[in-house]
Amino acid sequence: MGFLQTVWTIARKDLVIEARSRELAYTTLFFAVSVVLVFSFSFVVEGVALTDAAAGILWVGIAFSGTLALGRTFERERQSDTLKALLLSPVERSAIYVGKLVGVLLLMLVVEAVVAPVVGLLFQAPIGRAPLLLAGLLVTGTLGFAAVGTLFAAMLIRAQSRDVLLPVLLYPITVPLVIAGVRGTAAIFAAEPNLAVAQAWLSMLVFFDAVFLTLALWVFGPVMGE
Amino acid sequence: MQSRSRLVPVLLVVAAGMLFRAPFLIDAAPYESTMGLIQRIFYYHVPSAMVMFLSAFVCGIASAIYLAKRSPRADAAAVSAAELVVVFGLIVLVTGPIWARKAWGVWWQWDARLTSALVLWLIFVSYLLLRRFAGAGSEMLAAAVGVFGMANVPFVYWSVNVWRTIHPNTNVVASLIPEMRVPFYWCTAAFLLLYVALLLTRIRLEQSRMQLEAAYAEIED
Repeated sequence: MGFLQTVWTIARKDLVIEARSRELAYTTLFFAVSVVLVFSFSFVVEGVALTDAAAGILWVGIAFSGTLALGRTFERERQSDTLKALLLSPVERSAIYVGKLVGVLLLMLVVEAVVAPVVGLLFQAPIGRAPLLLAGLLVTGTLGFAAVGTLFAAMLIRAQSRDVLLPVLLYPITVPLVIAGVRGTAAIFAAEPNLAVAQAWLSMLVFFDAVFLTLALWVFGPVMGE
Repeated sequence: MQSRSRLVPVLLVVAAGMLFRAPFLIDAAPYESTMGLIQRIFYYHVPSAMVMFLSAFVCGIASAIYLAKRSPRADAAAVSAAELVVVFGLIVLVTGPIWARKAWGVWWQWDARLTSALVLWLIFVSYLLLRRFAGAGSEMLAAAVGVFGMANVPFVYWSVNVWRTIHPNTNVVASLIPEMRVPFYWCTAAFLLLYVALLLTRIRLEQSRMQLEAAYAEIED
């Protein structure tokens, strides 16, 4: 089976399961919105939310709900031992990785498509000011987060304490990514927006994605074992 | 090998001697013009930071070798180097704020270099947590984390030159006056020797532990 065909088959499997049950989509979405709400209560001063908090809260919501989505996606694979079956099948390991990545990425992007307007609503954040740039930041940021997260979630599948170890491992490594995302988004949302700065952060995110995606592709095969 | 078993004690004695002499050399160096006495933490802070980054690279390379070849020695080197990243990182993260409080007025700044150094330290702490709590097969998983940790080091180093930051930039060392250069390089050499001694000792400890476990497993069967 060709690389792209494998990727598409695996991604389609996840998307079909998701489309039928919608379990992950609804729960992750609700969780993301709840996180945004909880954080916004922390940053409300005299009844008005701090405008600068919008960017940070958006990305914290993405990070937390993304961790949840990753955990649940691979929990599914663990329950029926389907990951082992995938690894045994005569397809390239990296294609399995990319297939799972595409599934997780699409799920997270769907969640963000709802959460970003919610943040815009609650914080009067101008999400329409530079929509392509904002979308670029969100997509590249989510791609990097999902790339590292898919690798770690897959490799933790048989480990003990996997629920707590996934965020413990994931958050320090994705900190540069979250910083870039938050600072770029804040540059767009600021009272005096600086789109050049946002573009600089976007290029850093692209670079980060390239490096970590390559690393993950290389590491996935050996780490998933014999 | 007789010569190999003597290397570590020799290194330790030399490093200890150098570190004993270091305060005298530092005392002979002139005060820095604006910061006065507190600037002298620089003679320990910077070498510790250099050793921390070096150890992160050693761990990353050892992890990569382990991923490629599954060599137990590479695994022992990786875990030893990771522990030393945490130890020397702790020195950096304690001496840094002490210096910062006097020099900048604040204990901590969220600028690029400080944040990145803290993040690197956290990554290797998470490495150690993974090895401790993930159960069987954690060596392979940890190797993946080690490789990612090493990949983060360039982001740490470039950050000070790419973004404006209040932390002194990397040109400070090159522009040292001769009187300050001697104690600085002395301390750097001392810390490097100490690091190598600690690393080799820890690797040998890890290898002994692995042999013990293998022997124990044999008895169990």
